[in-house]
Amino acid sequence: MTRTVNQELTALSGNEAVAYAFKQARPHVASAFPITPQTEMMHKFADFVANGESSAEMILVESEHSAMSAAVGSAASGARTITATSSAGFALMWEIVYIAASLRLPIQMALVNRALSGNINIHCDHSDSMGGRDAGWIHHFCENAQEAYDAGLINFRIGEHMDVRLPAMVNYDGFIISHKEDALYMLDDEAAYDFVGPYKHKYTLLDPANPVTVGPLDLTDYYFEHKYSQLEAYPRVFDVAQEVFDEYADLTGRRYGFYEEYKLDDADLVMVILGSSAGTAKDVVDEYREKGVKIGLLKLRMFRPFPADQLKSVLSGRQAIAVLDRSASFGGWGGPVFTEIRSALYGTADQAPLHNWIYGLGGRDFELGHAAEVIDALQKIASGGEVPTLNLLGCRA
Amino acid sequence: MSLKRAQELPDAGIITEAGNAVDFKTGDWRTYVPQFHEENCIHCMFCWIYCPDSAIDVDTSGDKPQMKGILLDHCKGCGICATECPPAAKGKAALVMVREEK
Repeated sequence: MTRTVNQELTALSGNEAVAYAFKQARPHVASAFPITPQTEMMHKFADFVANGESSAEMILVESEHSAMSAAVGSAASGARTITATSSAGFALMWEIVYIAASLRLPIQMALVNRALSGNINIHCDHSDSMGGRDAGWIHHFCENAQEAYDAGLINFRIGEHMDVRLPAMVNYDGFIISHKEDALYMLDDEAAYDFVGPYKHKYTLLDPANPVTVGPLDLTDYYFEHKYSQLEAYPRVFDVAQEVFDEYADLTGRRYGFYEEYKLDDADLVMVILGSSAGTAKDVVDEYREKGVKIGLLKLRMFRPFPADQLKSVLSGRQAIAVLDRSASFGGWGGPVFTEIRSALYGTADQAPLHNWIYGLGGRDFELGHAAEVIDALQKIASGGEVPTLNLLGCRA
Repeated sequence: MSLKRAQELPDAGIITEAGNAVDFKTGDWRTYVPQFHEENCIHCMFCWIYCPDSAIDVDTSGDKPQMKGILLDHCKGCGICATECPPAAKGKAALVMVREEK
């Protein structure tokens, strides 16, 4: 791996790391409303604005619904725009979250993952992000502060690409990543901005010579056609993202993809997981590897758009697959990651049995023993034993 | 108006042509229609100001704008013009709403 720029090893919390990434992209506008565990991220960003390191217009609004509304107005006017939220804040944004994607406005958001109410809980799970999975945003999940910082920069390039024009969120686990001090490499401001590049708009409300109407009434005659053109954008994200990942790897030495493969080449058994828990699971994969168990891990990084074709090929020829979900789909059949992967793999020739474990709701720790429990179950499945398809992990039940 | 295919449209339903409301005919939404009594009209232009669409036909060629009548392709029959029309001449308004019958 080539490393073409100097990078300093720094200690930052995930929130601070993402605030730096956002600052380095030189956004014109930031709008936000505080909510734990996101607050610290925008707090840090507001520091940059207050001390003159960022020239962004900081809009302090009265709710998350307003934060996303302000972001939509700002992006429609042709400004690079950031926002951030968590949990119930994201839920309150809901209506406008869809509008941001439908209007093809490449707003950047930090979604610091936290459980949805009720009961009220401030700790990590992915139910906030998963609830918005059909809204049309790009969803990037991160394992640590380094990945959150990198995805923070990368998302600008993907979302703002003229073939894409979609809003993007960097998801990182509340408290586990957001508040933990972590070691990471950062680009200097100049190199980061060189990578992100100046903002280009496709349409703007502020050009009297070329007036446009944004968000008109769109009824039975054209709404469907407009949704068609939105649907067409998502497959293009993969090509664009791959180019950006490659360029970022050349620049920093850190290579990303739609997922990370950990000891997967010869693995008969596979664990699929998102976010910070992947770090814990990798340790346990190592332990089982030492015992001779052919277990590997697939850490999904991009959940939207969902890399179905890529997953089909990388997950083929396995003996048993466990999909771990840090959110539940109430009334659904399995967690969101599970149903998505199972659907992608359905009908492939050598489809392995797929089982689901829901874990870590409301910030319940994902322990080494939990990963071990899953690997033990995978071994049982591979040798013909009976294991339920849907399981809970780490719940006293 | 023939409907375009998805590929022919700008992203996101954005409208890139200004002043295209004239192409969107809304006259068939109407139940009540304003009747224009020219003899009562003082050409105050209240109807033109208040019309939420572009349904008031005005002649602007002279020194003062002259109210000519209602453009029925765009009048939805909301009645705002008749509400605002001042009964200035002989105590009678120039615009009066009536139920539109075939």
